[in-house]
Amino acid sequence: MFDWPLLSILTILPTVGAVFIFVIRGEDELVARNARNVALWTSLITFVLSLVLWIGFDTSTAAYQFEESRPWIADGITYHMGIDGISLMFILLTTLLTPLAILASWESIKVRMREYMIAFLIMETLMIGVFSALDMVLFYLFFEAGLIPMFLIIGIWGSDNRVYATFKFFLFTLTGSVLMLLAILWLYFQAGTTDIPQLAAIGFDPMWQRWLWIAFFAAFAVKIPMWPVHTWLPDAHVQAPTAGSVILAAVLLKIGAYGFLRISIPILPDASAYFTPLIFWMSAIAVVYASLVALMQEDMKKLVAYSSIAHMGFVTIGIFTFTTTGIEGALMVMLSHGLVSAALFLCVGVIYDRHHTRLIDKYGGLVHRMPAYAAVFLLFTLANVGLPGTSGFVGEFLVLVGVFQVNTWIAFFATTGIILSAAYALWMYRRVIMGALTKEELRYMFDLNPREVAVFAPLVFLVLLFGVWPQPLLDVFSASVANLLNEHQLALGLTEAKSMFAAR
Amino acid sequence: MAELPNLIPAIPELLLAASALVLLLFGAFRGDTSTRTISWATVGVMALAAVFIISGPSDGVQTFAGMFVADGFGVFMKLLILLGSGLTIILSLGYLRDHGMERFEYPILILLATLGMMMMVAAADLISLYVGLELQSLSLYVLASFRRDSERSTEAGLKYFVLGALASGILLYGASLVYGFTGSTNFDAIAANIAAQEHGASVGVLFGLAFLTAGLAFKVAAVPFHMWTPDVYEGAPTPVTAFFSVAPKIAAFALFVRVMMGPFGGLAADWSQIIVVLSATSMVLGAFAAIGQRNIKRMMAYSSIGLIGFALMGLAAATPEGIQGLILYMTLYLAMNIGAWAIILNMRRGSSLVENIDDLSGLAKNQPMMAAAMAIFMFSLAGIPPLAGFFAKFYVLLAALDAGLYTLAVIGVLSAVVGSFYYLRIIKLMYFDEPAEKFTAPTREVGLIITAAAVFTLLFFLFPAPFVAEAELAANALFR
Repeated sequence: MFDWPLLSILTILPTVGAVFIFVIRGEDELVARNARNVALWTSLITFVLSLVLWIGFDTSTAAYQFEESRPWIADGITYHMGIDGISLMFILLTTLLTPLAILASWESIKVRMREYMIAFLIMETLMIGVFSALDMVLFYLFFEAGLIPMFLIIGIWGSDNRVYATFKFFLFTLTGSVLMLLAILWLYFQAGTTDIPQLAAIGFDPMWQRWLWIAFFAAFAVKIPMWPVHTWLPDAHVQAPTAGSVILAAVLLKIGAYGFLRISIPILPDASAYFTPLIFWMSAIAVVYASLVALMQEDMKKLVAYSSIAHMGFVTIGIFTFTTTGIEGALMVMLSHGLVSAALFLCVGVIYDRHHTRLIDKYGGLVHRMPAYAAVFLLFTLANVGLPGTSGFVGEFLVLVGVFQVNTWIAFFATTGIILSAAYALWMYRRVIMGALTKEELRYMFDLNPREVAVFAPLVFLVLLFGVWPQPLLDVFSASVANLLNEHQLALGLTEAKSMFAAR
Repeated sequence: MAELPNLIPAIPELLLAASALVLLLFGAFRGDTSTRTISWATVGVMALAAVFIISGPSDGVQTFAGMFVADGFGVFMKLLILLGSGLTIILSLGYLRDHGMERFEYPILILLATLGMMMMVAAADLISLYVGLELQSLSLYVLASFRRDSERSTEAGLKYFVLGALASGILLYGASLVYGFTGSTNFDAIAANIAAQEHGASVGVLFGLAFLTAGLAFKVAAVPFHMWTPDVYEGAPTPVTAFFSVAPKIAAFALFVRVMMGPFGGLAADWSQIIVVLSATSMVLGAFAAIGQRNIKRMMAYSSIGLIGFALMGLAAATPEGIQGLILYMTLYLAMNIGAWAIILNMRRGSSLVENIDDLSGLAKNQPMMAAAMAIFMFSLAGIPPLAGFFAKFYVLLAALDAGLYTLAVIGVLSAVVGSFYYLRIIKLMYFDEPAEKFTAPTREVGLIITAAAVFTLLFFLFPAPFVAEAELAANALFR
């Protein structure tokens, strides 16, 4: 069974589904229905296949597994796929959320259902590809190609100001990533290969590392997004259709952080250590600033978007502590945020589908009409704040423990962010859900329908499960994280030895 | 009695020349009703010539007293040129019919221009270079003003002629300087002469080189010699513009490479500075100037200036990798551009062509397949992976970084970001906006060309290796 190129099959499968949808012909109504069904089934099969990947995965080693290598462009640029514990988690997150995103779009998408589903399935292929690529050019290919479906998703099915938002998203990301392309090419002609494991074994000159690091940073910082290049995110989130926001927040943002872990730290260890203070302060500013801005938002999606920026600040802080707890915490924050932010966007989507506005002021007292919805929303709001017992707590706690050992001031600012997050999240909850139901038009809101329950149920289950029992997740990536840190320490030691040798 | 030169390497050119004359006679007797027949015959002749090129010599054999060379580089470029010319003739058929332009000279002029281009590519001497170039240019001037009852078309032809003649003059002046200071017009002899100089090339040769470069830069439309491009692109009949943007560009580039890497290969350090400036200014101007355009032909003109600037980056590297990148670039450029122009040629309502980019509004609702193809070409021109345009840029950038042209590479990628804005705007119009009036459905040939180009552009990433290997062979032919 495992002789099969499982990763390639997993990557290509959604595209195969997209091709099927492409050839569907007939009446509009029929096409839409078939397209939905094919998309849902494809994404479900993909999810099951990714579970097979998890079962077959050996958690005791940090070596890349399910490796595939085929000649592609040139000698050093090959089709090299493979996963370790870190990538596996993100692949699972992707395959879990895509069917939910498709299910959430079941009725809210009114036009061009076929194209919509094609875009989502292609997006899934590209996201799985990014997380399994072990060649930089391949990585770049998947990374950048993701712009095309997202550009169309926001631009075609978004709200009123969608054109501005989608152009901003596209151009910001493109600017960052072309610099990364230059860095990749530079590495290629220096080392003669773009194979990530091989590049990680070469120690590049520390001065050059800094330039390369900046180029990669440009791409990843925009994608994460870090302050001050975060401004595309609130626009993109607000304008995107619900499922688009879900994928954007839950998976696409993680690609930037994944890039740090897969590329910047292993290949450019000296520069990563050198730039740590920069990352720390940019992240600390992001956490505090984004939380403060979130307090003032009137649009629910914008609020969740700013909250995402703050959470991603936690992630970058955690990664650059270079401690086991810090990095594992960062990964937990990412996975938890993947579930929670997706759920929050879905929550907003639920009432948006009924009332067609995202403004907080237009709601109030929904608990009287929608008790189940209020309970679900409460759970995810608290998970977003990091309440113990939810997955949000585990990650944030580990990050804080990690960073406290390294830099107490950063720990202080990060903690401030948590307090502020409680303020903005609970305040929004109070204004939307609690209070008396005074607005006449809200009297006809109905509670969650079975389809929506099906969308939320797995998320509720996982958020609670990982809140009390994070061990299965930690097991998957702990070997990889330990290996990452080891290599990092070794590389730094090597450079130090080299410079001492040179000084003598 | 002089010995007859070895004609075998020149069979494709001889075939084109002979067919042009025969078809001209045929047309003269049968009149304009035979345009369609002659067009298809021309395409057939080009296909036959391509077969001869593939099976003919490619080992660098010279003939006509060292004036003509058949090497791997020439073979590759000639095939591209024939492909570009042949496809444009097919694309033109519908337009010619709809606009009452079915005159039999049209395909024959394209055939003659193609012959000139093949001569340019095969030139191993400044004289044969000039003869080929002029044969091409004169045919193009006539083609630009082919709609003689249209003011814009005649204006375009005149403008092109006056500026083109000036550029030819500059080029000729440079050639004469080079001849005066090296004593030969033969590429090998010039190279040997320059290599023999102990203190580097003389000032005269450098001046000559600079003039030659200026003349060639005009032909490829690099900034600051680009002024004619938008006007000629806009004014010329659309199929002619499509033709201009593909085959002559490739030929001019091949000539550029041939001249720079051949006789002046030893002076790469000197001329590459000029190319760097041409490249950087073309990329920046192409990117910014296209933003303001509302006419799609003008927009494509500026877009081609930007793309040319990018290709020049490969020449500026002056390495086998650079030339390899450039050759690949031109190959993929051909596919994307033919496809895009095929769609522009199909922007017609009833039988009249529209040229405003706003006319593309809502194409995705009216003609989803055509919109999807156009979106593929536009994303590809913007250089977004996994489309072919990305690989075009990829190889050129690789060579530029390899040659240490860091600043140029950064300028290149950043102007590509700026440039992507106007390609995106076309996609925005097609996909996000409300539909305008529907276009007439494409004819079968045009539909086929669009599909083939779109599939190639979309799926190139699956099989890049054979093209890369061929381009490498072709590039190495120049570095023997």
